[in-house]
Amino acid sequence: MGRYLIPLILFVVLAVFLAVGLNRDPHEVPSPLINKAAPAFTLPQLKEQTKTFSAQEMRGKVWILNVWASWCVTCRDEHPLLLEYAKTGAVPIYGLNYKDQRTDALAWLSELGDPYVLSAADLDGRVAIDYGVYGAPETYLIDQAGTIRFKQIGPVTPDVWSNKILPLAQELNRQGNR
Amino acid sequence: MRKVLFVCLVIFSLGVPGVAWDVRPASGDDPLVEKRLMNLSKELRCLVCQNETLADSQAGLAEDLRREIREQIKAGKSDQEIISFLTQRYGQFILYRPQVTPTTYLLWFGPFVLLIGGLLVLFRYIRHHRDTVREEPLSSEERRRATELLASDSRKETA
Repeated sequence: MGRYLIPLILFVVLAVFLAVGLNRDPHEVPSPLINKAAPAFTLPQLKEQTKTFSAQEMRGKVWILNVWASWCVTCRDEHPLLLEYAKTGAVPIYGLNYKDQRTDALAWLSELGDPYVLSAADLDGRVAIDYGVYGAPETYLIDQAGTIRFKQIGPVTPDVWSNKILPLAQELNRQGNR
Repeated sequence: MRKVLFVCLVIFSLGVPGVAWDVRPASGDDPLVEKRLMNLSKELRCLVCQNETLADSQAGLAEDLRREIREQIKAGKSDQEIISFLTQRYGQFILYRPQVTPTTYLLWFGPFVLLIGGLLVLFRYIRHHRDTVREEPLSSEERRRATELLASDSRKETA
């Protein structure tokens, strides 16, 4: 009995490691920015180019920064959900229009609807680099103190929204109002 | 004819590693900057394609990051400063050779721990067997049979 126990344990440990490794998405790189200050930026707004938007303006609010682009196919899948969540008014959603053409981006919004309070135009992707963006869509939840509390790589799904983003945002708002 | 072909093949195969081909042509800028950029970006992972280095990748993000690195080199930043700029944003994952920190101890030292563990198990196994295999002297009956066998064997050989 004893002589089979050690190989059995070794096998189980190895199998668990491999199973975990297989089920993890290698594209979900853990962000080092969680619980760090959201990088400051000031960018022209997408719709009203003469106006700017900066992350610093959002101090005191819990808000969502959603990285999107008209060339991004997955953003198109995510879009109806964002429209729905924006309608609930639970958390204001701001867009970061990432490496896009202004005309394409505007056409995209008028065709599909605009869930964003406003979108900032990051045409050369510099702000995105500060945020550690490596694809679109990516979504950040930022708290009153300007700290990144959650990052979703890839589209926001109903599961992520109702189990992670929404409860966390509600909790943050409760704490902030106290 | 065959000989000529053979010689050609040899020459070509020798020639290949010697041909200088840049991963990406220097974009007319300061060649020293480009050289540092190349060396740095060979150590960095392209986060979109993951198994390519930043030097090899043609992905949009890789180009942006190369542009960022190029500008930082020109601004006089050291390699270390540039690497920490990138790891602050993208994490250790961007490094092909992760730094030695408590979270990467297992990665760096795990193989050696396994090797030492394996050697210990091997030595214990060998010693255990050396101890259990005792030398027992032959009994007189066994000795008699052995000499008989040996004798019959030598008879066959001489025959």
